[in-house]
Order: sequence, then structure tokens, then C-alpha cells
Amino acid sequence: MKELNELNFPADVRYAESHEWVRSEGDSVKVGITDYAQDQLGDIVFVELPEVGDTLDKGEEFGTVESVKAVSELYMPIAGEIVAVNSSLEDAPEKVNNTPYGDGWMIEVKAEDPSEMDDLMDNDAYLGTLKG
Amino acid sequence: MRYLPHTPEDVAAMLKAVEIDSLEGLFAHIPKDCRRKDALKIPQPLTEWELNDHIDTLAGSMAVSPQYKVFMGAGSYEHYIPSAVSFLLSRSEFVTAYTPYQPELSQGTLQAIYEYQTLATRLLGMEVANASQYDGASSLAEAMLMAIRVSRQKTVAVSRAVHPSYRRVLETYFEPTDLNIRELPYLSDGTTDLSSIEDMGDLGAVALQSPNFLGCIENIEALKQKLQNKKALLVVCFSEPLAYGLYKNPGQCGADIACGEGQSLGIPRSFGGPALGMFASKMKYVRNMPGRLVGQTTDLDGKRGHVLTLATREQHIRREKATSNICTNHSLCALAAAMYMAALGGSGFKELARLNYDKSEYLKTALVNAGFKLPFSRATFNEFVIEFPAGFKKTYQRLLKKKIVAGLPLAGFYPELKNHYLLCVTETMTREDMDTLVKEVSS
Repeated sequence: MKELNELNFPADVRYAESHEWVRSEGDSVKVGITDYAQDQLGDIVFVELPEVGDTLDKGEEFGTVESVKAVSELYMPIAGEIVAVNSSLEDAPEKVNNTPYGDGWMIEVKAEDPSEMDDLMDNDAYLGTLKG
Repeated sequence: MRYLPHTPEDVAAMLKAVEIDSLEGLFAHIPKDCRRKDALKIPQPLTEWELNDHIDTLAGSMAVSPQYKVFMGAGSYEHYIPSAVSFLLSRSEFVTAYTPYQPELSQGTLQAIYEYQTLATRLLGMEVANASQYDGASSLAEAMLMAIRVSRQKTVAVSRAVHPSYRRVLETYFEPTDLNIRELPYLSDGTTDLSSIEDMGDLGAVALQSPNFLGCIENIEALKQKLQNKKALLVVCFSEPLAYGLYKNPGQCGADIACGEGQSLGIPRSFGGPALGMFASKMKYVRNMPGRLVGQTTDLDGKRGHVLTLATREQHIRREKATSNICTNHSLCALAAAMYMAALGGSGFKELARLNYDKSEYLKTALVNAGFKLPFSRATFNEFVIEFPAGFKKTYQRLLKKKIVAGLPLAGFYPELKNHYLLCVTETMTREDMDTLVKEVSS
């Protein structure tokens, strides 16, 4: 596993305590897991995602991510309807390890209340929680 | 061998460490009315030969083959077990009920289980099979839980013609949960009535057994049709997998999950156990499958090796979110089944299935010709139901004295089936055995 200063925490996304990130993209937001989360999990071998059209509350489980050592639940950082899922992860789950904030995105959500973004952390605050 | 691990000295040392004077003091906080007052009624110790005598007497009090002619199957079947199976199984390398906990060190065991899984998928026509469950009943219950995980529904439907004991285990699994079981009645031809499925709302699974408990072959393809475009998974259960040497297997009928009992495949009946829970599914559901799974891979040098795979589903990693809380299996029984299937081979398996069918048809026809009623018209494999005249109980008892067990009385399981008996004929019955039975029940 890497040291915290080797990990990448971009400033253009917001962070949840449960290690998901959210990026605003026009009318919707994209969600994935952070560099820290993918590094802790190790080689990711399978990502289970919800169905497009599902509506989920904030904090509700939207899927699971399976690595060679563990399976972890994924939680909605923001309430809303699933408008797209990254189905390319089915054949290439390693994208989550390689580019967690890019090709490794997981779901696209039409947020019920976009102002919920403000409840999430910026990169400095998130890094602060990791440092404990 | 000592069965009580602690010597009086051990006990004294431990009591001293916790500063209590006597063993009685250790239990002082347990309320008086929760304590047993009288002594345990345990008989005095026996010598080895006395104990053997005692066990022989107990065994002699049961009506078992070959001393008795047992025309009873109902989930446990008398089949000839090739000597090769018994011999190979007794090898010390294999003699354990468990998959190894440091698996990669036990390549032989893993390979043997892998071979079992492969043979199980071929027999059942499915894409992936696990390393086994406890028995047919736990396989069915786990199959229903798996279907619920896949479909995300809360209600399942089960045919009343599924083995009554399997259904009871399923009820036990579901009882403390918010999951529901709906029952599908059986029709006058001995198959399941599927007409009420549409009215049951969103189901997570529909389970049929084929051949069912009444011996009848279910119309699984009709159910497959009904479940098209529905969330419900098609679960096909079985208690006599030998039938798939003659009839279509679960995979050919479109099953999503196949589950059942593998005792028929080289495992003695042994007073009801140990058994073999067979479990197989479509590959797309593999991550929701319960139990252990052996996979094949190559090592760094390109050599073939075997591993326990997809272990992240299991309870030692996934804890309360595991796909099952039973990841133990019946490895030794699974190996017996693998050896049995390999010993018979594909053509031998089919021949044996045909022999079971032919013999059972012989007895069925003879009983009908002797004037007894065949209540269910549907095709059967090696078991069928006969309705005997009222008062047959006396005849049954008379036959028992002649060391013949004339089937299983069904009234205890199906109150409406008074005087109905489930009869089973395997390859172990001779024509003389069957002729004697017909003669005796007719006289």
C-alpha cells in the first residue's frame, strides 16, 4: 500500500466519508471510489453496479466492489436516480485501480438535491480524515 | 481415548487461578431451577467387544437390506457401489469431510473436488457446481436464498411435491426472516399445478423437484415458459440424480439453479446420512453461489494448479454479508460421487438408469395387473405411488415379518393420500424379489 502523500486527491471532486467521490458534470454527477479506497482494496476483480433507473437514497448501498482480498459495499454519496453505469468495468475492473477518478468511474446520478454536494468534503478535509 | 480433556489437577489449577474453592462454586451464579438435580443416566463403560455386541443388536433391530427387501426410496436409494469406489475412498489422503483450510498445500484434494464439480456440472447440465452442501435439503434452502439475492424479491414458491423434509428445512431457514414461502399444489396426474403462479405477484424463485416426491417427472419446460421475462429464478431440485441418465437434466430444462441430494451416487444409505448436497447454477450467478468452489489455474511456471476461488463470498472474509453461513461441505461424499460417476462412465450411467426404469416399470405393471390402483398417470423413474385397498396396513406388517418393506406409507406426509404407498425399485432388486412382493400383497 502507498503512503498518503503518494495518493492522488484532485480538487475538482467532492469526497464522502465512505470513500466515494462525486464530480459535478452538467445536469448530473459521476461517482467512483477514491485513490485511497482502491489502494486499500488492492487488485479489483469485480464491480457490481445497480440498474439504470434505480432511485437510491443518500447512504444506501448502490453496489459492491470485490478485490482479491475483500468485498466492500458502495454507498450513495448523494441521493438520486441512476442514469448511467460504467458497464466497461465488467470486463476491465482494473480501471478502478488505474484511473479511479477517470475511466474507473462507476455510476452517473441525477441528483435529487444538488445542494447535497455541499455536505461532502473537499480534498483537504478528506485528507484530514485519512490522517486521523 | 479420553473424552474429558481436563485432569483433576488441571481443574484444581484453573479453580485456583480464578480463586474459587470448588467446581460447584464456579456454577453458583446459575439459577437453581436451571440446574439439573439428578445425576446423568449414563450407562457404565463397556469393553470394545461388549460395545460391538450392543451396536450389532441395535443394527439388527432395523429393517435394512440385504437382510430385508426394501422397496422404499423416498430420498435415499439402495444402489450397488463398485468396489473401486470403496477402495479409493478409504485412502488416507482423502479421508476428511472438509475442504482444506490451507488449500494450496493440498493439490490432490483440490483436484479431486474439481473433478467432482466438473462431473456434477455435466450430470446436471449446468455451468458451475460448488464443492457440495450438507444434503439435498440444505441445498434447496441455500438455492432459495441465492435466488432471493439475485432477484431481490422476498417470496418464493415451492411445489408440494418437493420432498417434505426438504420443505421443512426450507421453512426452518425462512422462519426467522421476513421471507415468505408459497406452496404450489399437485395435480391429479402427480405433477405440480402451475396455474396459480401468475397470481402470486413478484416471486424470487419457483422450485420443482423432478422426479418429484411422488415419483413423477415434472414438466419443467412449462414452468420455464411461465417464468420468461420474470424476475423469478427456476430452481430444479432432485433426490435421485440417477434419473438424469434417462430423463432431461435440469440444465436441459432451463434451470437457473439445480440442487439436490447425491446419496445415490456411490454413498451408502447409512441410516439416513452422511449425505451429499449437490449445488450448481448458471455461471452468471456464480458470485451469489453459496459454498466453496475449487478453480483451476496455472502457476508462474505455467503448470496446472488448483485453488479455492471466489472465496470473498464466504463467511471468513465477507462475515455477515457472506452468501452462506455454511461453507462447510461434504468433501468425502463428493469424492465418492466423483469416483462413482467416473467408474460408471457416461454409457454405464445411462445403462444403469435404464435398468432402474425398466425394473420399476416391471413392478408397476405387475401391481396394476394384480388389480392395484396407480393414482398418478405421469411418467416415473424408479419410484411410483400405488393405492392399496383399505386395511393394507395389516398386509404391510405381515410382509415386514417376512423381511419385505412394501414401500413408504404416504399418509403421514400427505393426509389426503390414505393407503397410498411410494414404492422404489433399483437395480438391486431381482425379478424374483418383485414377483414375491406382488404375490404377497395379492394374497
